[in-house]
Amino acid sequence: MINFGYTAHKERLIDYDKNDKRVLEHLKKHEPSVLTCIACGSCTATCSAGQFVDFNIRLVQTLLRRGEIEPLKQEIRKCMLCGKCILVCPRGVNMRNLILAIQTAIDKLK
Amino acid sequence: MINEGKKRIWKDYQKEIADDRYFYVRSCIRQNFFPASEKAFLRIMQEELKKDVFENAAHTTCSGIGYHSDVVPFDTTMTVIARQFSLMTESGNENLVTSCITSFGLYNEVLETWKHFPDVLKKVRGYLKTATGREFEIPKNVAHASDVIFRFRKEISAIGVNRLVHHETGRPLKVVEHIGCHYSKMFPSKGVGGAEYPYVLVGMVEEWGGEVIDYPERRHCCGFGFRQYLVRANRGYSLANSKKKFESMKPYKPDFILTNCPGCPMFLDRWQYTLSEMEGVTYGENGRGIPVLTYEELAGLILGYDPWDLGLQVHQVPVEPLLDKMGIQYDTSRKFLGKDGQDLGRPDAPSVLKFF
Amino acid sequence: MAKTVVIVGGGVAGMTAASRLADLGEKVLLLEREEEIGGHLRNWDRLFPNRRPGSEVLHDLKETLGNRVEIRCNESPGEIHSLQSSFIVELESGEKITCDAVLMATGFDLFDARRKEEYGYGIYDNVITSADLERMLRSGSPVTTSAGKAPSRVGFVHCVGSRDEKAGNLYCSKVCCVTGVKQAIEIKEHLPGSEVFGFYMDLRMYDRHFEEMYYEAQQKWEINFLRGRVSECAENEDQSIVLKIEDTLTSRPLKMTVDLLVLLVGFVQKPETVRIAKLLGISIGEDRFLECLDEHTRFNYTGKPGIFVAGTSRGPLTIANTIADAGEAALQIHNYLKTLK
Repeated sequence: MINFGYTAHKERLIDYDKNDKRVLEHLKKHEPSVLTCIACGSCTATCSAGQFVDFNIRLVQTLLRRGEIEPLKQEIRKCMLCGKCILVCPRGVNMRNLILAIQTAIDKLK
Repeated sequence: MINEGKKRIWKDYQKEIADDRYFYVRSCIRQNFFPASEKAFLRIMQEELKKDVFENAAHTTCSGIGYHSDVVPFDTTMTVIARQFSLMTESGNENLVTSCITSFGLYNEVLETWKHFPDVLKKVRGYLKTATGREFEIPKNVAHASDVIFRFRKEISAIGVNRLVHHETGRPLKVVEHIGCHYSKMFPSKGVGGAEYPYVLVGMVEEWGGEVIDYPERRHCCGFGFRQYLVRANRGYSLANSKKKFESMKPYKPDFILTNCPGCPMFLDRWQYTLSEMEGVTYGENGRGIPVLTYEELAGLILGYDPWDLGLQVHQVPVEPLLDKMGIQYDTSRKFLGKDGQDLGRPDAPSVLKFF
Repeated sequence: MAKTVVIVGGGVAGMTAASRLADLGEKVLLLEREEEIGGHLRNWDRLFPNRRPGSEVLHDLKETLGNRVEIRCNESPGEIHSLQSSFIVELESGEKITCDAVLMATGFDLFDARRKEEYGYGIYDNVITSADLERMLRSGSPVTTSAGKAPSRVGFVHCVGSRDEKAGNLYCSKVCCVTGVKQAIEIKEHLPGSEVFGFYMDLRMYDRHFEEMYYEAQQKWEINFLRGRVSECAENEDQSIVLKIEDTLTSRPLKMTVDLLVLLVGFVQKPETVRIAKLLGISIGEDRFLECLDEHTRFNYTGKPGIFVAGTSRGPLTIANTIADAGEAALQIHNYLKTLK
C-alpha cells in the first residue's frame, strides 16, 4: 500500500439501516415511557450536570433512538441521577430509569 | 423507475444551443489529463459535421481556477472574461462554446451578475477598456461543448460505426453518467434536463444505444473542487466523495462512466487507482476498475476513431475491457507510441488495479 | 319575487350552504363541474380526529340536502356578468342564469408532488402522496409497494408543497401534519410488524384530540418521529427508496431506506377559481386564496356585494371548519337577500 499523505475521510452520516437497535429494543421493554419523548429539551435545560459538563440528556434520548451506541456509552456516565429532569418532563419520561436501563442494555451487549 | 416522469422534467428544462459558428474557449488543465479530447471535439465538429468552430490563440483561462481558490478576486475574473468576449466579438462570433464545465458555470454566473446588476457590467467595460483598450459584446448563446455534442448526437449516431452495445450479445452497455456540478446545479435552467435529472449525457447514451443507470448517489459531487483539492491536507475529503459514489454504483456493475467536466473524469479515473493502493479495493469486475470516458472520447469511439488517437492510453483505469465489449479493434503494440511513433516508455504497473 | 343564489361548487362547503339556504327558504342552484357532488370528501377513507369514515359525513351532507335545491353536475360557469344588483351566470354549456347572489365554494387542488423533483414522485414507483394512500385505504385492498409486497418500512414526509418558497407556497396547509399522524397509525394498524417514520419540521397538532393522537402514535404504535427535512430520494435496485435527511436533533445527516414513501401534500388554489375571481373582480391574496372583507367578522364577504365565499377557496380548512364556515355564509347571504327589494 502506498502512503499518499492523506486518507479518505470517514462518513459522518448516521446510517440508520446499519445501526444497532438492540439497546432501543431493551428500553422499549423496560422503560416504555421513552417512546413518548418529543425532544423538547426541558430535561436538558434543568439538568444539574449539564450546567458544568458537556452532557446533553436530550441528545442521549435521540442517540438511543438512532442506534448510535458508541457516543451513548460515554454520555450516560455523566448523569448524576439527581432526578430534576423527571420533575419537568411534559411527557412523563422516567429518565433516571432510562439511564440505568441503557447501561444494563449496553452491558448485555458485550 | 417510471421514465415518463423523467421525460416530463426534461421537457421543462430545454435550452437553446447554437447550431453553428462557435467561438471555442479551451480548458486550462484538460489537455494534461485527457490530451486528445479537445482535438477530438474539433475534429468531430469541423471534419465530420462541417461546422465553423473558431479559436483565437490569444484567449486565456477564464480564471475560474483562481477565482474558486480565492486567489483571484471577482472583479479580475469578470475583466478576464470580458476580454474573452472581446476576442469573440472581434472575430465576428456570438456563440460561445466552453470546453470546461467550471468555465461554463462561471460564464453563466458572470452573465447573470451583469443581468441583475447593470452597473457592474458598466464598471467592467471600464476596466477592460483601461487595461487593454478593448470593447466587447455579450455572447448571444453560451453552451458547453457537451451541449453541442448532445445537440448533434443523432447526426453522430448516423455516421457512427460503433454502438454502446456488447458486440457479441447485443445487450446495451450500462452507463453511469455524471455531470459536473457547475453544469446545472447552480443554474438548473442553463442545463439540459435541469439539476435533478440532467439529460445532456443521458441523451447521448440513449441515442448511441446504451442504458443509463440511476443509482442512489447519482447526484453527489465527485469531490473535485479547487478549494478542497489543491491543498493536500484536504484531499482526503475530496477522495471520500468519489469513494461514496463508487460504493453506490458498484452493485449495478456499470460498464463505464461518462462525464462532461474536466475535473470529474480526472477524479473518477485517478481515484480508483488511489483507492486501490490505499485500501486495496476495486470497483469494477475481477479486480479491474470502471473505465471513465469524456464525452468527446465516447463520441470519437462511436465514430470509429483509433482509441490511442483519442488519448485513452493515459487513463489510469484501463479502457481495454470496454473496447473489447464494444468490439473495437486496437493495436496493443502501438499503445505507448507517441504521435510520430516514438516510444514514450511504459508506466509502472499498479499493485492492485489490473493493468494492461 | 323569490331570490336565487347560485353556488359554484358542490363540495362540502357548497352542499352545506345549499342546505342552510334551503332551511332559510331561499332558492338555490348548485353547480358542480364533476359528475357528482361531494368534492374531495369522496376520496377520503377515514377522517381525523376520530378516524370515522368520510363516507358517513358525505352521506349525512347529502341526506340533509335531499332534493330541496336544484343541482346541476358537469356544469361550470364560463362567464359571470355583474349587473346593478344581480348577476348573469353564463354556463359553459351556453345557458344563461340570472341570480341575486353568488357563493364561491370552489374548493382546492392538492399540490402536484411532481413539482418537488427531488422526491421523485412520478419517477420512483414507491413514492406516493397522502391522497394516493387514502385511495389505497379506501379501496380496502392491502397497502403494498409497487411490487405488491407489504412494506416493512414506511416513511411520511411532512410539508410537501407547503411552507416552501421553492414551491411558491409560503403558507402552512394546516391539515397535513394530523393527516400524517393519522395515516401513520393506519399503516401500523394494517401492518403491525412494519416500522413507520414521520419526517417533520414541526408537528402542528393544534386542535382538540390531535396532541393525544400524536401521543398514541408514539406510545401505542411506536411510530418514530424524526425532526428534519428529506432533501432527496433515490431508488435502490430493489425499488426501495433511499432517503437523505438532516437529523436536526443530532445535527448530523442521516441516511435510511424505506420501502414506501408517502408525501403529505398541501392545499393549493384552483386555477379556475383564480380565473373566475378575476372575472368578478374579487381580490386574491399573494397566496392565491380568495380575500374576504374581514378575517374576524366578515370572512364570507368578498369586496363585491352579492358575491360570497365559503370553504377552502379562501384558505386551508378542515372539513368541520368548512361546514361551520358554509353555515355562516348561508346566513349572511340570507341577510343580504333580505336587503334587496
